Amino acid sequence: MTAIYQALVDIVDADHVSDRPEELYIYSFDLGTAEPHRPDYVVAPRTTEQVREIVRLANREKVPVVPLGGGLSLAGLAVPLRGGILVDLKRMDSIIEVNEKGRYALLECGVSQGQLTSYLATHHPGLTHSEPGAPPTATIAGNVLIHGQGDLAQPYGFNSDQVNGLEVVLPTGDVCRFGSCAIGASWFTNHPLPDVGLFFGWCGTTGIVTRLSIRLYPARRIRGIGQFVVEDEELVPEIIGKITRTQMAEDVIAYSRAIPPFGLGLQHFTVNIAADTEKELEFKQEIIWDDTLGEYISRGQGGYLGFTRGLDHPQVSKSSDYKKGGGFEYVGSIMPIERYPECYRRGREISERHDIPYTVTGRIVGVGHSMMFAWTYAFNRADPGSMREAREALHETDDLVIELGGVIWKPGTYGQQLIIERLDPGTRALMRRIKEVLDPEGIMNPGNWEGV
Amino acid sequence: MYALQFDETKCLHCEGQDCLAKCQYIHIERNGTEREMVRIARGEDSFVLHECVTCYACEEYCPMGNHPFYLIVERQEALRISPVPRPLVTRAVNLGIPFRGEPAVKEINGPLLNMAAFSELTHLIQGRLFEGLPVISTDGRKMFHYFCQLMYLHYARSSVIKERLPGIIATIERHKPTEVICFHDECYGTYASYCPAVGIDVPFTPVHFYEYLYDRLTELKDLIRPVGFKVAYQRPCSSRLSPDKHRFVGKIFRLIGAKEVTREFVDENALCCGGTIQGQSREGSRRRAAQIQKKNVEDMKKAGAEVCVFNCPACLQTLGGMVAREGIRPVHMSDLCRFAIGETPAGWEVAR
Repeated sequence: MTAIYQALVDIVDADHVSDRPEELYIYSFDLGTAEPHRPDYVVAPRTTEQVREIVRLANREKVPVVPLGGGLSLAGLAVPLRGGILVDLKRMDSIIEVNEKGRYALLECGVSQGQLTSYLATHHPGLTHSEPGAPPTATIAGNVLIHGQGDLAQPYGFNSDQVNGLEVVLPTGDVCRFGSCAIGASWFTNHPLPDVGLFFGWCGTTGIVTRLSIRLYPARRIRGIGQFVVEDEELVPEIIGKITRTQMAEDVIAYSRAIPPFGLGLQHFTVNIAADTEKELEFKQEIIWDDTLGEYISRGQGGYLGFTRGLDHPQVSKSSDYKKGGGFEYVGSIMPIERYPECYRRGREISERHDIPYTVTGRIVGVGHSMMFAWTYAFNRADPGSMREAREALHETDDLVIELGGVIWKPGTYGQQLIIERLDPGTRALMRRIKEVLDPEGIMNPGNWEGV
Repeated sequence: MYALQFDETKCLHCEGQDCLAKCQYIHIERNGTEREMVRIARGEDSFVLHECVTCYACEEYCPMGNHPFYLIVERQEALRISPVPRPLVTRAVNLGIPFRGEPAVKEINGPLLNMAAFSELTHLIQGRLFEGLPVISTDGRKMFHYFCQLMYLHYARSSVIKERLPGIIATIERHKPTEVICFHDECYGTYASYCPAVGIDVPFTPVHFYEYLYDRLTELKDLIRPVGFKVAYQRPCSSRLSPDKHRFVGKIFRLIGAKEVTREFVDENALCCGGTIQGQSREGSRRRAAQIQKKNVEDMKKAGAEVCVFNCPACLQTLGGMVAREGIRPVHMSDLCRFAIGETPAGWEVAR
């Protein structure tokens, strides 16, 4: 038994620390194509204080620390590239407060999307949060920290735009709070104190978020999904512009995929509409389908596929069924909406070149301000050749994102290097200085944002 | 190539002109119907081709058995007058293409039940009513090998039906059926009405689902306990292709003690569920479908219906939630029959 292992047991307890190979193996990979790397230890803390002690230990011992939420990023962001201590945060899963009037929830970092959805439905049915298309075990904190987007992205933007405050254990072991909570007030706003946006998009290299407050929104009595379809991908940007102009949708997604074959080459839209009354619902439907999209229907260019009550979160994970062996990974990007046609065409070409049925999806973020466009590639986990094809397709897609003027979303190490090479020198220097100040020993999730 | 057997002279000698005169969706004076049908028969444009909502009802209204609806669809296709936008046509045409391998074919040498494109609804064929009856197309991955294709009448694509249907029939035939009980009455309409109309051979005897249900209920008569529900029936478009079988609705209701409410939109005057109309190209189609649906459900409600009985799964999907929100229980006919013989279909625990 090593000294580090014993120290971790002293901080947490023996039941929540492991260095057993079979358990380290589980934490050595994620569900994507990233090469596996084993941690040396896995620890599952329950409190912020325990996280702080773990980080201090890592500083003393100069071993890497890798924070893990739901483990669903797919891009290898929580794979311990340099070994060290993997901190599994799923036990920190308390919903500390839901404030009905202030419409926010204070959560520990291990609270999952499904947990909050279920809790709100049971205890606060008038409130909801912007839930991403990830499986329900994805954590709220993990999604926020990668600038995730959910089913309220159209009116309210990125989930990282909806944060009221954070509690963070810095790489040195210091604990900081940001937002109104920093002066002892409730966790109701992130404004107007000086902006120290040091944690979003940093892939766990600047600290471990242990608590966060997120905004909640009115859950309308009726929520459902309408669908629309066109053949011509060139029409997609203008249709998105028109739908978002109505400001009557909660979520707008455009997608195309090869499987099932009836959708091959077609561009589908899902438009989430919510209302409190039948009258309001019909009014919104008239505005969107009849008044706004009616011209495409009467010209024969667009088809209305109906409205279904209830929400079905889009899950690209269904594409893991395309190949035997059940694997999939995607490249996400934040992209100008006018790039949709090229994103579709070029993505389809990449897929077809690698013999993978194509799946592309664009979720609108803000009132047409951008979209999260994703290209998904299925592979067979048991076939190294299939994984190689997928990995190559992913890298080609990272290159494509840059070429099309987008920004790679939650980039893996390959994508991070593409970004670093193009970073404004001043920005790059600032990022390097921030990293040196916050993490002088270089222990936080090393291998990510390396070389800034 | 298969060709529709349509006799223009029958229209010229028809006194009633019911095909268009009775249409609930196109306004046309009785004295104008002959002119429009002759135009259509001669391959000329007619406003009817643009305004048809593809409800199939004129097939039933025609007293001459002359297939006016099949003709309308053929002419729509020939003149490229699509009732629905192009992307919906593409999507629908692609939908029927099998893509997950060939079905495993077992020879039955007797009657069988064909689930066709509703493999996922086998929960509707459970219990004693279906005991011992072999079933084909129960694998959702292979169901399009059994898909009757008649849906393409809504899309002005008779050519797709004619191209694919012989292959579908051949697949069913490989099971060596003597009789094919059709779960969906669109399949029954395909084999009993459309195929003879266009000259496609059907080497088996199609049996309507309701006729089968009625016969089985009769065999199990001792088990029947009158259900006593006040019921409304949502008649599907495809029922217009087999109006002679529509009488089994009333016969089943009487046999199981369901009380059919008196309503305006019933039998020949039944309203479309709106599922097809809402996606059509004509301006205001979605709104129009919503109004038809509202009128339909209000009629059920006004008549005092407690239960709305469905035949077609698509109608159930389109209207089921709507009737439920009005306090009327949406039910498939087979579940109602199971309930009548003392079985408890899924979700019926409360009713019992």
